[in-house]
Amino acid sequence: MMAPLFSSKLLIVLLFGTLFGLILGVLPGLGPTTGGALILPFTMTLDPLSAIVLLTSIYCAGTYGGAITAVLINTPGTPAAAATCLDGYPLAQKGEAGRALGMATVSSTVGGIFSVIVLVFFAPVLAKLAYEFGQPEYFALAIFGLTMLASIGEGSPIKNLIAGAFGILISTIGKDFMTSIDRFTYGINELSVGIGFIPVVVGLFAISEMLTQSTLLDQVFKRVALKAVKLPSLDDYKKTWKTILRSSGIGSFIGVLPAEGGTVASLIGYSEAKRFSKEPEEFGKGSIEGIAGAEAANNAATGGAMVPTLALGIPGSATTAVILTGLIIHGVRPGPDLFREQPDFLYGIFGAMLIANVLFFIFGFFGAKLFARITLVPNKILWPMIFAVSVCGTYSLSQSIIDVWIMLFFGVLGFFMRRFGFSVVPVIIGLILGELVEGTLRQSLVIFDGNWLMFLTRPIALTFFILSFIALAFPLLRSKKQKN
Amino acid sequence: MNNVQNKKRANKSLPFFFKDEFKVFFVIIFFSTILLISTFTFDKVPPILNRGIQPATFPKGLLVLIMFLTTIIYYLSFKNPWKKEKKLPKPFFLTILSFILFVVISKTLDFFLAISVLSIFVSYNWGEKRVFYLLLVGIIFPLVVFIFFEMILGLRFPPGIITNLYYY
Repeated sequence: MMAPLFSSKLLIVLLFGTLFGLILGVLPGLGPTTGGALILPFTMTLDPLSAIVLLTSIYCAGTYGGAITAVLINTPGTPAAAATCLDGYPLAQKGEAGRALGMATVSSTVGGIFSVIVLVFFAPVLAKLAYEFGQPEYFALAIFGLTMLASIGEGSPIKNLIAGAFGILISTIGKDFMTSIDRFTYGINELSVGIGFIPVVVGLFAISEMLTQSTLLDQVFKRVALKAVKLPSLDDYKKTWKTILRSSGIGSFIGVLPAEGGTVASLIGYSEAKRFSKEPEEFGKGSIEGIAGAEAANNAATGGAMVPTLALGIPGSATTAVILTGLIIHGVRPGPDLFREQPDFLYGIFGAMLIANVLFFIFGFFGAKLFARITLVPNKILWPMIFAVSVCGTYSLSQSIIDVWIMLFFGVLGFFMRRFGFSVVPVIIGLILGELVEGTLRQSLVIFDGNWLMFLTRPIALTFFILSFIALAFPLLRSKKQKN
Repeated sequence: MNNVQNKKRANKSLPFFFKDEFKVFFVIIFFSTILLISTFTFDKVPPILNRGIQPATFPKGLLVLIMFLTTIIYYLSFKNPWKKEKKLPKPFFLTILSFILFVVISKTLDFFLAISVLSIFVSYNWGEKRVFYLLLVGIIFPLVVFIFFEMILGLRFPPGIITNLYYY
């Protein structure tokens, strides 16, 4: 399984990816999604396995890296670390920053490794199931993915649905892939090939964050001093091992669902840790269980989110959408055939994720103090630099200046979307699923001779539609229950 | 909690067209309508070549769905008004202005120059007044990025008054 990973080149890629991911995770506003999108052009110089290993190691380490700033400056480096702030920072304020980071490091590593084991066993099973899927089933599955995203994602489900539909709409720009008829191109030749994924991702994540930072210039971060990261004590292990295992399970499960991966997983992991805790009153005041619950869950979502990405070609999170783009760019088609035809490639990815989890444990344990210093780079220096990299990275994929302008447009749009409570993640997922949704719908209608009701005669498709309906009804029932 | 309620109350007292809910509703409906109208100009596939639905049908459906959902969130906002957002500060507008400058300069003069101007402009307006750091973000770093992309990816940047000096 690990054979392909013993080449020095892949180990260097893994080391670089883990370090780069940690730096991205530490910097508030950046994260594995933006970082992955920015580094995607460079993966063109690598072979497919090295490219995906690089992206997955950034994903694993970046998800953990968010905890460092969450604990030390009360600002999550990534959205997935938001729940870690709740107890990490209060514990650090009590002079136990090392203990808080030690627990975050251990639980992230356990959660990450647990999820890779889930990935190794569950992805091939799901891939085998996918052989039963025809066009109508894939259409229903994509709809299920989008409704899940709307339902359990951050913020209002209706706003998430609008964002998802908007993402699909963007995917319709350009030549229609079935008939070659221009749609929404308005005579602009560059738009005939459609809107690229990278300009949209970099715009919605990096550039919109730059605009957000421009509104927060008067914000002052109070950094807590850190002497060294400490391994949790035996008492801490006794207190948290159940929480870590539970959150690892929750994170892996949430990750498998095509939703927001780590962010949702950590919030659920945290609230479940509180529910099962013998000391729930300690939560929010520096509970070690709170840190363990959130961190194990968000890292467990990484392996979980890779399951539908590799087995079905449906991303489990925004970062796996970038990884999926990386796979497609390198000519690797995710889905059941990948498991049959290229098992070495897949085991290479699984092994790399496993090693990345061990590597970020080592780097986190010995280097957290150093990584935390990165946050000292002032925004007025950092963000113009990120802009330069974003512009060159976006330009490099198609060597088109139009792509750079599209990136800026989506940056401004993303800022206002976030300002008014629309998550940008559904746009990304909608964009990447758009062709699948439209293609499978149209091909299904050809099969069904235009009869929409025929969808209901396919048991798997019908199941997904029912699940989609439940996913949409769930937030309504939840809000009614809360009102009562 | 009180703060949020106060903000909500403040938003409630505004005339409807000043409220964020209406502005968002109006913008989405306006652009969706324009896009919906433009779908009627898409070419149609002759029946013999048409597989399933016409190319315009799917985007039409999406736009109608977006408009429908937008109407729902606007309707729901009557019962549950959104909290009023803080006014945007001056650096935000200056950053937007720098994007416009970037587009104009990259189109007319030079891509590298556009990055440099934006970096210095943003850094300065965000509070950096030290010349060394302005040069670092405006010239040294973009140059390193430029050369890095050019060497590693063999990328050729668009021609311009400064980029041409590098290439020729």
